[in-house]
Amino acid sequence: MFDFLDLEQYDLFGAFWTTVQLTVFSAIGSLIWGTILAGMRVSPVPIMRSFGTAYVHIFRNTPLTLIIVFCSLGLYQTLGMTMFAEGNVDTIGFRLAVLGFIAYTSTFVCEALRSGINTVPVGQAEAARALGLSFTQVLRIVVLPQAFRSVVAPLANVLIALTKNTTVAAAISVAEAAALMRTMIENEANLIPIALLFAIGFIILTLPTGLLLGWLAKRVAVKR
Amino acid sequence: MTNLSVLYDAPGPRAKRRNVLYAVLFVAVLGAFFWWVLQTMADKNQLDAEKWDVFVTDSRIWTTFLWPGLQNTLIAASLSLVIALPLGVLFGIGRLSDHWWIRRPCDVIVEFFRAVPVLLMMIFANAAYAEWSNIDRDVRPLYAVVTGLVLYNASVLAEIVRAGVQTLPRGQGEAARAIGLRKGQTMVFVLLPQAVTAMLPAIVSQLVVIVKDTTLGGAMLGYSELLTNARLVSTNYANTIAAYTVAALIFIALNFLLTSLASWLEKRLRRGKRGTGTVVKVDPSGLMDQPGGVALTPDVSVPEPRAVATTGASPDSARTDVTS
Repeated sequence: MFDFLDLEQYDLFGAFWTTVQLTVFSAIGSLIWGTILAGMRVSPVPIMRSFGTAYVHIFRNTPLTLIIVFCSLGLYQTLGMTMFAEGNVDTIGFRLAVLGFIAYTSTFVCEALRSGINTVPVGQAEAARALGLSFTQVLRIVVLPQAFRSVVAPLANVLIALTKNTTVAAAISVAEAAALMRTMIENEANLIPIALLFAIGFIILTLPTGLLLGWLAKRVAVKR
Repeated sequence: MTNLSVLYDAPGPRAKRRNVLYAVLFVAVLGAFFWWVLQTMADKNQLDAEKWDVFVTDSRIWTTFLWPGLQNTLIAASLSLVIALPLGVLFGIGRLSDHWWIRRPCDVIVEFFRAVPVLLMMIFANAAYAEWSNIDRDVRPLYAVVTGLVLYNASVLAEIVRAGVQTLPRGQGEAARAIGLRKGQTMVFVLLPQAVTAMLPAIVSQLVVIVKDTTLGGAMLGYSELLTNARLVSTNYANTIAAYTVAALIFIALNFLLTSLASWLEKRLRRGKRGTGTVVKVDPSGLMDQPGGVALTPDVSVPEPRAVATTGASPDSARTDVTS
């Protein structure tokens, strides 16, 4: 059934490895940028709050495909941003895709974190302020650690969605799983086995992530 | 902590000055960034007036590209929702079934299609239609896009339906059983109508996801929706940045409208729900002579099935009758 699978011709593991790399780099980037955005959205400086709100509304309502395609056609081909990888088209495409995923996914991280901040009891922040902590200290030492623990499950969902969303990078010819699947479908006759193969690949990627982070969410949740 | 100002003290004179300083610094950084972006765009002649004013001066951009593109986006999105909704309800109910041979397959199907990227399903559907059906080449991308979106969103909606039914107060199902409704009747007449109203905001939010995902069909299958047509604009008028910006603005406006509709619905339903919530709360407390009569009427108007259930041969048979 799987005799079409010529691993010499089709770099299946390489393609899924690219998917994993896209996911990991984008996840780290969106976690950092999303946390900064969430901090801005709750900060005492009004202009930062409005910037955070505007950013989230703009990027969450823009289709991811548009962002990714714009990164390639707009940023790279029109404006000539090479992401510090002159000449190496593959690396440029990969980095542009990661940039697009971070810009999009961070809005979901930001919103998840903000709802996590809402679950922290008011007394925690009040006590922290009574100790004389500044806003950044309140956020960094008291509120955010508790907020993070309560949003592990939503963040896991964001991560799983991100894993699936990395297929969009195929639109700018990054050699990841969806691009390979399209090539294989064009060249081989075994449509259903190929589709099943890639579907199972993604289930293998997303299922353990969900189970592991679900377990972690229960373990670190703040009992209230 | 819904009022986020508990995170910081009310600013005194020093804090106010510091906040102003932060604001100025932030604006400076932001301004520098935008200046750099605009400078780069100007270097590549992307700020030239003729690249942007065509959207105002040349109506053909709208009549031949953007408006038909938006129409196709909306067609694919609404078709997907209309087909996915009944399927989602079916699978959602299936996952709540008492029979394992209905529940398990529904679980597997829903979990499978939720775990697989929607783009893979679109590519697969496109290839499958090309190989095993005689759907015309021109409409095949539409079929593939809708199929992929339906498969994915039906499973998401199934989860929404399941959650909607499960969050209903338990008394609703129990009361329906108590008056002798069969399980199908309980679902159709009691649980689903309430669950659907509770789910409405979630369904509208899902429509935002569907609208955004139609662009996948444009980029990968050549379905001529808004993004594809924006690309055509950019090749015809050599204004990549402008074309994509305008397309993004249309998407943002459309999705913002849908999101606002969803939150308006949610607010409205929450206000309405408070009414039924009190009715449900009154019921278990045994206040059957409660004025208003909402809690009272079901008891009076449907005495017959209840009598049948209680006068059945044995309590066991009555229960199996209710749960079967």
